[in-house]
Parts: sequence; structure tokens; C-alpha cells
Amino acid sequence: MYVAVKGGERAILNSYDMLDDYRRGDPALPELTLPQIQAQMPLAVSRVMAEGGLYDTHLAALAIKQAAGDLIEAVFLLRAYRTTLARLGSSIPIDTARMNIQRRISATFKDVPGGQILGPTYDYTQRLLDFTLEANRHTTPLAPADEPLAAAMPRVTDILQHDALLQAEAPLPGDPAPFDLTREPLSLPAGRDARLQNLARGDEGFLLAMGYSTQRGYGNTHPFAAEIRYGSVEVELFVEELGFSVTIGEIDVTECQMVSQFAGNADAGPQFTRGYGLAFGYGERRAMSMSLVDRAMRATELGEAGDAPANDQEFVLYHTDNVEASGFVQHLKLPHYVDFQASLELLRRLRSERDAHADTAGVAAPDASTRPAPAPAPLPQAQEFTS
Amino acid sequence: MSAIQPLLSVRNMTHTWDGVHGCRDIDFDLFPGEVLCVVGESGSGKSTLLQAVSYQVTPKFGSVWYDTRDAGFTDLARLTAAERRMLARTDWGFVRQNARDGLRMQVSAGANIAERLMAIGDRHYGDLRAVAGEWLSKMEIEADRLDDTPQQFSGGMQQRLQIARNLVTRPRMVFMDEPTASLDVSVQARLLDLLRQLVTDLDLAAIVVTHDLAVARLLAHRTVVMRGGYIVESGLTDQILDDPQHPYTQLLVSSILQS
Amino acid sequence: MIPAHVHPAAPVERDPHYNFGYLDESTKRMLRRALLKAVAIPGYQVPFGSREMPLPYGWGTGGIQVTAAIIGANDVLKVIDQGSDDTTNAVNIRRFFGRVTGVATTESTRDASIIQTRHRIPETPLGKGQIMVYQVPIPEPLRWLEPSETETRTMHALAEYGGMHVRLYEDIAQYGHIATTYDYPVMVNGRYMMRPSPIPKFDNPKLDHSPALMLFGAGREKRVYAVPPYTSVKSLDFADHPFTIEQWDECCDVCGSTNTFLDEIILDDQGTRRFVCSDTEYCAHHAAGAEDKKEPAQQRAAAARVDASTIGHIPAGAAS
Repeated sequence: MYVAVKGGERAILNSYDMLDDYRRGDPALPELTLPQIQAQMPLAVSRVMAEGGLYDTHLAALAIKQAAGDLIEAVFLLRAYRTTLARLGSSIPIDTARMNIQRRISATFKDVPGGQILGPTYDYTQRLLDFTLEANRHTTPLAPADEPLAAAMPRVTDILQHDALLQAEAPLPGDPAPFDLTREPLSLPAGRDARLQNLARGDEGFLLAMGYSTQRGYGNTHPFAAEIRYGSVEVELFVEELGFSVTIGEIDVTECQMVSQFAGNADAGPQFTRGYGLAFGYGERRAMSMSLVDRAMRATELGEAGDAPANDQEFVLYHTDNVEASGFVQHLKLPHYVDFQASLELLRRLRSERDAHADTAGVAAPDASTRPAPAPAPLPQAQEFTS
Repeated sequence: MSAIQPLLSVRNMTHTWDGVHGCRDIDFDLFPGEVLCVVGESGSGKSTLLQAVSYQVTPKFGSVWYDTRDAGFTDLARLTAAERRMLARTDWGFVRQNARDGLRMQVSAGANIAERLMAIGDRHYGDLRAVAGEWLSKMEIEADRLDDTPQQFSGGMQQRLQIARNLVTRPRMVFMDEPTASLDVSVQARLLDLLRQLVTDLDLAAIVVTHDLAVARLLAHRTVVMRGGYIVESGLTDQILDDPQHPYTQLLVSSILQS
Repeated sequence: MIPAHVHPAAPVERDPHYNFGYLDESTKRMLRRALLKAVAIPGYQVPFGSREMPLPYGWGTGGIQVTAAIIGANDVLKVIDQGSDDTTNAVNIRRFFGRVTGVATTESTRDASIIQTRHRIPETPLGKGQIMVYQVPIPEPLRWLEPSETETRTMHALAEYGGMHVRLYEDIAQYGHIATTYDYPVMVNGRYMMRPSPIPKFDNPKLDHSPALMLFGAGREKRVYAVPPYTSVKSLDFADHPFTIEQWDECCDVCGSTNTFLDEIILDDQGTRRFVCSDTEYCAHHAAGAEDKKEPAQQRAAAARVDASTIGHIPAGAAS
């Protein structure tokens, strides 16, 4: 007689122990510390903060350590933690024009007020593995520059806007509060605020691929990078009791503004239109991809063709979230044997009927097709009812 | 004056999406069992006219009235979106130029035809299949193609299938947008013949948009000629084609004779 | 396989760092409002602001959020997956609720006030006052026909369901039968078409006029829907191809049941197979009761084979 297997709970607890062991690795090696991760893997920390939707380098580092370096798993941890946090209020929109610049470049002009500041970038390195990093390398502290950065670093897009060459971005009439995806479900058509929030939390790989597609002919935007800037901005909260705003902290952000040409229509003459990208921490690839996809999703609003995948708001917005995507893809690991049993039963029945038909020569059942079955017959419900 | 109620009445209708292109000041009546052809070159506004009259877009000005089965002669603007959608699925048909746009390509011919019946509540598989089979033969398609998908059909067959799909609920009016334009010339003639037969057998009213005067000659009782968004001439098809009054119509007709 | 020195699982302790039910009170309120709307419109999908949960999307976050919104200190919770309380995901979810509510849990269907489930309805008939919470991957029955959400919402609003019957027609044309065997679409209260979640069609009849309240949660897709008690739930079919449920030639190898959903277990390389009740609690309960009668399993199986003659049958030891 068959005896059912039990012990699922014990197996789970054992798996926790094994996971801990896997994550820690060889106990003879020094354990990773959070300050090390924060300081020496700042780009990983930036990505986790951006996709986690939470600015906290310490927590992001913890998530990365707990996730053993799996960044999507780390994002999941941070998102789940974020759900439990209380909301104290909303900040005033950050003013990137007043950013403490670390890096600032523009591809649209040779020189701009304040200059092109390269900052800490991989852009001009040769991608040759540096074997001196195999051992700890002594680094000399950075000497300060001869001159400080210019005080005035106006955004290139503000300059273009001043000459009415670039579409202005005005708040909606009545200046309503922005939509919050973490509180309400997305509904289509989605406003620009919801779209930008969705992209800001979206998987960098997906944004990169979609942005790339627009450059390869799936969409027609011919973008220019008007400005990319990275540095720190102040976060200010308006305090009712005081009647003015108070700076509660500083965060690093990366901002990208792309401009694309727009032919104009009956109401407006030709202008440049904007694609906008913003990321927590240092995430240039992310901000650039985001701005390409932002602009692509505006295609139909601007009277353009809009038939490429990146133009399809529904397609883009529903697939940016890697926590959702990861969950659903990986849920296939869960037991599905009841539904599989149902499919198996049907398949056996269909095969036995088919064999029965083959035996009784040439007499077809009244409502079955008289044509030979197309080979191979697709398995019933191949895709639609996956679970 | 005839006491027959028009099936469709269009009054002072104008529709444009960019202020430049579209149709203007459109005025006509369509009677039960009557085929009206809207003839014009590309850019004449004939497709916009069809879209606006069938309320796929809401006309900017003017009105469209239809003699509904339940509520009599009604201004379509007064119906809810749900009621218009129901009308479009039961009492109207819409045949698109490209059959692929009006069919479910991944689903069998039988299901394509039977869908409208299923949508209004028919629940007997055997009966649905039988009705679909009847329509296939009406459309001169072999009965054993019932379970094939339209992917496996020729262009002419796909178009005939699209028509069957639209006619299965016995609509009283059908809109057709260049029904033969995507087909080979040899196939066109056969389809037009079939359409002419169906229109008579089923007492169908139809508005057929076409750039091809031959289609008008074969199918339509009356014809309107469009140019630059306006109707420049209208009347009995034979009169228009044999004795055109408007210079533009004369040009159209004469270029046909030369080619 | 499991080392002897591993201690059996101790009951999970209530973690005081988290609010009762994990979600904050305003989120629970938002969910309950959505659920009330769902109950008021049986079968209609109500959007809700799905929160990030500590379990992945696709692993039951919708069901978990629904349970978290309705569970109270006096509730008794049962969690099953594939009909069993002991599957890994059911264990995980039960532990989660233990940690964030400290509410009593049970394996007994009769004793539970809330039953969260993945892919099965328990065999034991449900009673008035019980609530079933279903985990839903894809809530939209028309999704296969129409990928666009805006279009499917319009189709529901206008009750344009013809396309669904097209699917069933195609199955009959191609296979001679309707080929859907789980997540089988239903009409609720004669108005809205609904997906009952990937329960086998065997379980669909249990939804019709049940005394229990049925709540459905789709976390990733951010929808909830409901079937109030004593509501009509009809599986789609044709008049000449009526809806039928699965049947087996075998009976359960453990308890001898002939009218429950059976799991197939492969025992060896030769393909020897046994069939066991998917609902492990029902099976254990039934076996305990039947032991008094001392009827060997083989005799019961023989009796089942003699009676088995209706359509929808798998021949025993079917060709593999």
C-alpha cells in the first residue's frame, strides 16, 4: 500500500540552513561587511535602490549580502521591507538644477556653461581586465582640482526651453498629486506620472532592451542626449507647523534628458520633445534607457505612428517589474501535479480514441474532422491557462 | 413621394481629424435592399465617410439615423456605446478590404462563421456547425474546409469567409470597404457575382466604398461620387456612368473607357 | 533521507515587529472595500492596490493579501496546495501567517473558518460561515483571446463572451471534446464570466450554490473577485456537449474512495502506478473511518471498475 510522503516543513527548515551555508561560503574567509558593500559596490547598491524604490544604501547593502549577490532577489527584499514602512509625507520635487555635480555631460553642444565634467566614469577606459586588482591595491587619495566647479550649471534643456525650442513640461491643471503605483493599481491609459514611476522602478535589462529597440528601427525617435548629470540633491520636506521647508537629507541621483525632433501639428510648430530618465544613485545606463522608453511611449500622443513594441504602453508598463516577472516565471517550480494530472487524463483519453479510430478501418465519427489530424497535434491549452 | 422609410439617413455630416482631410456636408438616404456605391480616388474622403456613417468614429457634425429593430428610426448619437456595438454585431456587417483584418486567422472557418451566433447565445454545437457549413457552401467554399483555418485559404476564399462571418446573423445592412481591391482581377469578378446574388437573396442594403467604377456598375443601384471630401454627383448608377454631369465624374468615366 | 538529528518543526512564534496580518490597517481597509465590491458584483474583477509581500508574485501573494485582510484573532486557518496541507508552499504560507498573526491553524476542513488554497477545493463539503480564499495566477478568462486589458474590460462590461465559446467550439472540432481540464471558465450569477483559478474541472460543481463565501485574489495582476454564498456558477458548455467531470477506474489506494480527485504516483522504473486522494486530510479521515469495516483496497477497486462505464473515463493502465 502506498504511504504518503510527509516532512515538507522539515525539508524547508533544512533548506534555510543550507542556504545560509551557501551564502557564507568558506568560513575561513572574512565575511563581507555592509560598509564594504556600500563603499566598494556602489553601482550594485544604486541599482538595488532604484528598482527597490527605496533610497537607503545600508539596507540595500544588507539586501545584497542576504541575497548572496543576486540583485533581483535583493530588490525583492528591499521592496518587501518598503511595504512595512510608515509614510510621513511627500517631499518637494528635487531640483536637479541645484545639484552638487559629480558628473555632467552634454552630447548636443561642444561646450556648455559650466563645462563638460567627466567625473568617475568607465566611458573612456579600455575594457582590459586589470590584474593588479587581484591583490589589494594601494590607492593614492584624490588631490583636489586647481579650480572649483562653476557655480552656475544650468541644465541644457532649460536653455533650449528658454528659446521655445523644447516643449515645456507643465504640471497638469490644478497641480494634482502624482499617481502612486505602490498604492494603486496601474490603469490604462496611464498618465505620464504613472509611466515615469513605473519606468523608474523597472528592470534595467528590460529598459535597456526596449530603449535599444527604438534605436534599431522599432520606433523612430532619433534622440540626442541633451544632458546627463550625476551628483547629490537635497531632499526637502514642507513642514506645516513651521510654514517653510526643511532639508531632511541628501541623495545621489542620475538624471538624463534626451531630446528628439517633433514635426509639429495643427496647434504647435515644430519643436524638440523630451524623454526623461531619473535613477537613485549612480545609474547612467538606466537613466538613458528610461528616457528613450519614456519618449517612445509618448509616440501616439505626439501623433506619430506608434506601432513598435516600445510605443505600446500596455506592453512596456506591464513587463518592467522584475519582481513580478521573476515571481511568475519561477512559480513554475511550484507543484502543478493536479492540473498536470487533468491534462494527462485528457491526453490519454484522446490517444486511446485515436487508436480506436485507427483500428476501425475508415469509419469516421460523425462530428470529427474527416481530414487526417495535422501532425503533430498541439497539446491542449499549451499557453493560455498556464498557472 | 415614396412612403418607404429609409433604413439609413445621413444629414449634414462632416468628419475630419486634422481639419484638412475627411468628408464634408454628406447627405443621403439608403433604403432597405438598396446598394449604394461611394466612388472616389484615394484621398477623396470615402473611407472617412464609411467610418463616420458606421460610427466607428463619432462624426464631428451632422447626424446619422438608422431604423433599428426595437426602437424605430433613431439618431445613432443617442445610443449608448453598448447599444451601437450590439447593432454592429447583429444588424450590421462590416467587410474590410483585407480579409485578415476581419477574421480570426488562428481559428477554424466554422468558428469564424459561427462566432456571431455564439455571441448572441446559440449553444448547440451541432446546429452551429450545420449553419456554418451551409454558409460555406453559399459562399462556394468546399464543405470539407470547415475545420481549416483561414491561413490555409486563398485571398478570394478568405474574403468570402469574411463576408459569411458578417452575414450569418442576417444583418439588414452591410458596410464594405474596397471588398475586391486586394484580390486578383480574375478573382474579383467571381466575388462580385456572388455579392450581387447575396444582396438579392438576402434583401441586403449595402454601402460599398470603391475606387473602381466597374464595382459600382455591377453591384450598385445608386452611386455617389466623391472628390476632395464632398459628394459632387449622385444618382442611379447607370445614369452616372452613362451620362455623367459633373466634370470630375466625366473625367473618371472617360479614363475608365480609355483603359 | 532527512537526517535523524534534525528536530521536528516547532510551532512558529508570533513576530512582534509586524502588524497583525503583516499589512498596515489602511491597506487592509482598502482590500476589504475591494472585496465588498467584489461580493456585491459576483464574478466581476475589482482592481486593488496590490502590495509587495514577502513571498514572490506568482506564489500566492493575492490569496495571502486577501487572507491577511480578513483574518481575525479568533479565526482558524487551513492552507492547502494541490489539496495537501504538507506541500512546501502551503507550509510556507501557513508559517507566514503563524508568524504575523499567531492565529490557530488546522488541517481539518471542518474546523477551519478560513481555507486558503492553491489548485483544489477540499472534498469535505463546505459549510455556512466558511471562507475559501483562492490563489489566482491569471484572472482574465478572455486573456487568450485578447491580450489588451482595456479591450477585455470593455468586453466584460458589454457581456461580449462569444469568443469564449469559439474556444470550446474549436476544441470539439479538433478533438471531439472540450479540451480545457482546469481553470475551466464559468458564468457567475448569469452575468460575469470568471476563471475559477487552476482547480481541476472536477471541482467546478462545488462552486455552484455553495454555502461558503469564495474569494479570489490575484496579487501580480492586482485583481480580486468573489462568489457570494448560494450563487449560481455554471461551467460553459454546449447543449449537445455538456460539461462533465473527470473520473478514474482506480480508487484511492489509501482510503478506497471512488468519488474524489486522485493523484497519480509512479512507484518504479516499470511504471507501476498508484492513485491516491489529492485531498490528504479527507483521505486520512476517510481511511480512519473505513478501517472499522476492514474492507481490503483491492475489493473496493474491483467494485469501482464494474460500475465505471460513463464517458470521460481513462482505461486502467492506459497506453503511455
